[in-house]
Amino acid sequence: MDTFEYKRPGTVREALRLIATHPDAEIIAGGTDLVTLLRDRVRTPARLVDINGLPLDGLRWSRDGVRIGALCRNAVDDPRLAAAYPVLVRALRSGASPQIRNRATFGGNLLQGVRCPYFRLPEFACGRREPGTGCAAIEGDGRLLGIFGTSAACIAVHPSDCAVALLALDATVVVEGARGTRRIPVGDLHRLPGDTPHVEHALRDGELVVAVEVPASPFAARSTYVKFRERASYAFALASAAVAVHSERGVVRDARVCLGGVAPKPWRAHTAESALRGRRLDAAAIEAAAEAATAGAAPRPDNAYKVELVRGVVRRALTELLVK
Amino acid sequence: MLAGGLSLGAGLAAPPVRAEASGAKPEILTLVVNGDRVRLEVDVRASLLDTLRDRLRLTGTKKGCDQGACGACTVLLDGRRVLSCLTLAVMHEGSEVTTVEGLAEGDRLHPVQRAFVDHDGFQCGFCTSGQIMSAVGLLAERPRVTAAEIPELMSGNLCRCAAYSNIRDAIEAAAHLSREGE
Ligand SMILES: Cc1cc2nc3c(=O)[nH]c(=O)nc-3n(C[C@H](O)[C@H](O)[C@H](O)COP(=O)(O)OP(=O)(O)OC[C@H]3O[C@@H](n4cnc5c(N)ncnc54)[C@H](O)[C@@H]3O)c2cc1C
Ligand code: SF4
Ligand code: FES
Ligand code: FES
Repeated sequence: MDTFEYKRPGTVREALRLIATHPDAEIIAGGTDLVTLLRDRVRTPARLVDINGLPLDGLRWSRDGVRIGALCRNAVDDPRLAAAYPVLVRALRSGASPQIRNRATFGGNLLQGVRCPYFRLPEFACGRREPGTGCAAIEGDGRLLGIFGTSAACIAVHPSDCAVALLALDATVVVEGARGTRRIPVGDLHRLPGDTPHVEHALRDGELVVAVEVPASPFAARSTYVKFRERASYAFALASAAVAVHSERGVVRDARVCLGGVAPKPWRAHTAESALRGRRLDAAAIEAAAEAATAGAAPRPDNAYKVELVRGVVRRALTELLVK
Repeated sequence: MLAGGLSLGAGLAAPPVRAEASGAKPEILTLVVNGDRVRLEVDVRASLLDTLRDRLRLTGTKKGCDQGACGACTVLLDGRRVLSCLTLAVMHEGSEVTTVEGLAEGDRLHPVQRAFVDHDGFQCGFCTSGQIMSAVGLLAERPRVTAAEIPELMSGNLCRCAAYSNIRDAIEAAAHLSREGE
């Protein structure tokens, strides 16, 4: 690990100054991802800005929803959050392990690095890590990698569970920078790789995530998260689904079907949502949505099994909502 | 008394020249480790795990993977269970750290330690200090934990010897005991 200058600002303003005045500055929050990236020399900042001294934790409720501070830990245990947004709390509890969730933050979870094995081993070519160097995964082992939204330059998947739930809830990421505050819909935070896989997200240089805002919505309460993985716990998603449905007089008015573990960003399955709208949520509608969720899938021979997992995970998640 | 004072985390190479250029120097850090206040100089790159093991010679905390995948390095940080391999020591000025060495009172084992002995909660023992610290953290989070919940809530601690069923029984017994003590 290369050394770096360590800074612990006490205010957002000071933090922004410290990031802006150094081209090679990196933010550290829970550190549960960044510490390994530093150790493996995937990231080599010259300045590390520890944001744990900033007043960015806690939940703030209002009529419009909840504002979750960027430093709020993934172990958040709040009965009101679990009742209002079941999909979010289930996604959080399915992620990593209790020890990791006690440290991991909302901001860090959204901005964690991909788990493509080649990205994490600097001896392999990876254009996401180093622009223009190619992609070892394309010719290599792609079993765990993406079937939607990939490109000839990168086929990695975004690993966050929390982000998939936040997408299903129409959440917004609140960002601060030298030029003030901006709000980015969570679906626009991560970039598809195209031919610039190293441009991972929509934050500009020197910007800091300060909060996530989750609106009150008619479908939030009837929502859930189902995750398929290689073992029962403590593993990243092979495929996951965050679903939410709002029905009136037995007919689906609006729905969200979002997928994790299959694309470089949390993936919204619009066709599956359309398949549900205007129908009764029954076995036939669920089957139609599960099939529609695979629209546009472009698997490789070694990850074609994920297409069936997508069908299965959407079916399972929507079926859970039948009893809610 | 645990007292550091050397300049670098043991096992770390001397910082490259770039360190000088960017003005990096060891940081003075105060931690409260198992109730003792210790002041030491740490390399900014040193993990909390390496600092405990190599600088403070508290080798009860184990390094299984050094990447967050096994739980052997679990300690309590300000009362909450965390992975000491995934955090830098320098980030914890003033924090309280409890390691497995800090659980027993003299010869009297902590109830969770006692339960691991009584229920044979280990074979080779490599994962055990992490399991015990994680279980202590779990019981603080959830004193009324049920046997059925234990596997999921202990899933951050792997055991290569697969002593899982005895580990679960030990934690269930310790939970029972601590509730009786209320
Ligand atoms: C073994 C293991 C298993 C895991 N399993 C899962 C899983 O199943 N599901 C899942 O979702 N995750 C999983 N994770 C990942 C874990 O959730 C992330 O490591 C964690 O959420 C990152 O949060 P952090 O606060 O520790 O981020 P850090 O490590 O501190 O930072 C991560 C990145 O975010 C940036 N960053 C952090 N905060 C901000 C901010 N406020 N503004 C701008 N940039 C910021 C940092 O610069 C860095 O690039 C796993 C991790 C491990 C080690
Ligand atoms: S798939 Fe993406 S992250 Fe993985 S090696 Fe290729 S460019 Fe890098
Ligand atoms: S050594 Fe920390 S989790 Fe394995
Ligand atoms: S007792 Fe051997 S690893 Fe758990």
